[in-house]
Amino acid sequence: MKRFMIPLFLFVVLLGFLAWGLKPGYDPHEVPSPLIGKPAPAFLLKQVDSNAADFSPEQMKGKVWLLNVWSSWCVSCREEHPVLLSLSKTGAVPIYGLNYKEVRGDGGFKEPDVETPESNAAELALGRRRAEAWLSQHGNPYVLTAMDITGRVGIDYGVYGVPETYVIDKAGIIRYKRIGPVTQESLEKKILPLVKELEKS
Amino acid sequence: MIPELGLFALVLALAVAAVLGVLPLVGAHRGDSSWMAIGRSAAQAQWLLIATAFGCLTYAFVTNDFSVLYVAEHSNSQLPTVYRVAAVWGGHEGSLLLWMLMLSSWTLAVSLLSRALPEAMVARVLGVLGLVSFGFLLFILMTSSPFERLLPAAADGRDLNPLLQDPGLVIHPPMLYMGYVGFSVAFAFAIAALLSGQLDAAWARWSRPWTTTAWIFLTLGVGLGSGWAYYELGWGGWWFWDPVENASFMPWLLGTALMHSLAVTEKRGAFKNWTVLLAIGAFSLSLLGTFLVRSGVLTSVHAFATDPRRGIFILTFLGVVIGSSLFLFAWRAPKVGLGGRFALMSRETLLLMNNVLLAVAAGSVLLGTLYPLIIDALALGKISVGPPYFETVFVPLMVPLLFLIGLGPSARWKEASVIDLARRLRVAAGVALAAGIILPFALGSWKPLIGLGVLLAVWVAAATVTDIRNRLKNSAGGKPPRAFWGMHLAHIGVAVFVIGVTLVKGYESEKDVRMAPGDTVLVGGYSVRLVGITNRTGPNYSAVVGELELSKDGRLLRSLNPEKRKYFSSEMPMTEAAIDTGFFRDVYVSLGEPVGEKDGSGAWSVRVHHKPFVDWIWGGCLLMALGGLIAVTDRRYRLKVKGVAA
Repeated sequence: MKRFMIPLFLFVVLLGFLAWGLKPGYDPHEVPSPLIGKPAPAFLLKQVDSNAADFSPEQMKGKVWLLNVWSSWCVSCREEHPVLLSLSKTGAVPIYGLNYKEVRGDGGFKEPDVETPESNAAELALGRRRAEAWLSQHGNPYVLTAMDITGRVGIDYGVYGVPETYVIDKAGIIRYKRIGPVTQESLEKKILPLVKELEKS
Repeated sequence: MIPELGLFALVLALAVAAVLGVLPLVGAHRGDSSWMAIGRSAAQAQWLLIATAFGCLTYAFVTNDFSVLYVAEHSNSQLPTVYRVAAVWGGHEGSLLLWMLMLSSWTLAVSLLSRALPEAMVARVLGVLGLVSFGFLLFILMTSSPFERLLPAAADGRDLNPLLQDPGLVIHPPMLYMGYVGFSVAFAFAIAALLSGQLDAAWARWSRPWTTTAWIFLTLGVGLGSGWAYYELGWGGWWFWDPVENASFMPWLLGTALMHSLAVTEKRGAFKNWTVLLAIGAFSLSLLGTFLVRSGVLTSVHAFATDPRRGIFILTFLGVVIGSSLFLFAWRAPKVGLGGRFALMSRETLLLMNNVLLAVAAGSVLLGTLYPLIIDALALGKISVGPPYFETVFVPLMVPLLFLIGLGPSARWKEASVIDLARRLRVAAGVALAAGIILPFALGSWKPLIGLGVLLAVWVAAATVTDIRNRLKNSAGGKPPRAFWGMHLAHIGVAVFVIGVTLVKGYESEKDVRMAPGDTVLVGGYSVRLVGITNRTGPNYSAVVGELELSKDGRLLRSLNPEKRKYFSSEMPMTEAAIDTGFFRDVYVSLGEPVGEKDGSGAWSVRVHHKPFVDWIWGGCLLMALGGLIAVTDRRYRLKVKGVAA
């Protein structure tokens, strides 16, 4: 008899795993970033505001902050924008923007074959105009926005879909990464409790 | 009105399924003929109702009734009529209805073609099928009704996913489902056997044609799916070890094992419990496949909309059906005897090894498919399992299996002599060895895996021919039956398949190049020249069409016209590869992206593949299916079984 129970036993184990896969909120597509627990990659980038000094995450040492990757051509960014705006009004955590490939990420733009200082300056100027127009139209939740016009910082951060949001702690360590739009639910369940905890330490 | 009629038919079908699932089983238990007799008429009524529901949904699609949510989501007024019909199973709800139509068709077939079977057996088989139908109908009605209304009606539909707008996809799902669902009959026979305790040669003979028929459809379905991926996805690959593909491959592997095990049970009365377990397993894997595809617990290139409620329902259903069957197995199987004895060296042993290898193969595909989920559940991290795992596991399993295919048919039942077998097959072995050494040189270069693949394929073919010759020479046994020819044809199909896989893997070459009009690229001895790029408008898409000339040794062979389509409704770009199909090779051209806009050269990135023997893969599948078909028409399955009491 025992021997004949083996298939049933194996099946019950299998059933357990399958049931686990159905638990609410389980998403097999979610890939944890290898950057979690690692220092946020350094960069020095121009801001949307052409009069402001270059921005570097170094300047944020001692603060818990969010880095939100966005661009004007990103459709889902519009979806999360109201959430970010209301978050910025509460002042719970400062949000810094990283504008990702504002110009060349857009389908209509052709990348220059050879990048020259002139072509870069022209692309940056065009990108600033577009980003500014978008922020004035939709509202600006950001303390400031750095312009990753070539997308190289995005590569360092492993950006593979815009929007993405990073929670960075006082020591400059990435603690959490969210791929896709920030929702009110993810904010309340994950991001804000984490920020609170990090603020304490 | 018509959609409501369809819904009503489904509700009635549920009631009929409840009757079908209970009365005949109770009748068989009590020996009450009138209750048992209800099975046949209930099965036929159920089919009529589900066919009506299916017809109603098809009607809604053909008449562009966008007040039906499912139609609005999967069709469009510009969609050609043939694709509107195919769009019926283009989404979750319709696929399930198709599943259900197949299940009721198999049930109908059992009710019509079982005159020769004892009435209790028929009643039990139909009853088990009725219970499965009941579960599925409940699932459709509770979570996935395709007749949900959309009010106010949409002005136009969202269109069928362009990937599915392809002739291959019109027939692929029905074939695959026929195969999946067909194992439900083998399953029902197994459960009926456990219930009645009758697990003998007669039972195996009844199960065999049903199992083989399901296997034929599954073989065609899996083959079609792979062919579709090859020409429609534009990557030139033919198998990706994607969870959805694996979901169809696992029941195929166990189904193949089941066919062979049934042969032993019929001929020698052995492997009874094992056969029953395989029948339960093959159908369980079909259900599991449905669960994996529909619940979203695994990542797959086939993006299906998922709904946790559906997942929970299917999982519960899976638990009830498989759990109770395995419980029944654990309870009843120990009482079944062992059957005929056989020596260590006999056809039985060889078939047992075949079964073990196929079952292990199915198990390793299951493990690879579920591994990401298991690792994640045990909080050991996130991983994905890709082709390297499956290929590493598969080659060592398939090598002995192919070796056994050559031996099996020549070995005697009960007790075979190794010396006799070696003497009979030495010529075949010699031919195979020579082919493995020489043939790869003739085709290009010798590599160990190519040599091995060719050797095994030629071994299977040569051993098959040897056995046929021996049988014809030794005509004392009379003319060989159709089952004999079917088996050998299917084995030749395996050989053809192995040649295709080995040679395309070993010698394929591809080039990914930027081509401006007038440019030429050389691949595998062929030259492909881009003449120009033009635009074309289809019924529901606009396309950029490349005109390329394929030539060899300066001789123009034909023009190739790959397309890049943009469907109006979804703006989704689709690649339509152009393929020059040949007996010994395919030349496969697909368009990438325009890259010459900046300099005005009109250049495109173009991918050109040279794929030697790739069509042998599907040719092999066709031969296997054809072999199955010939075996199923064997005379002895049509004879009335006499003198068998229930």
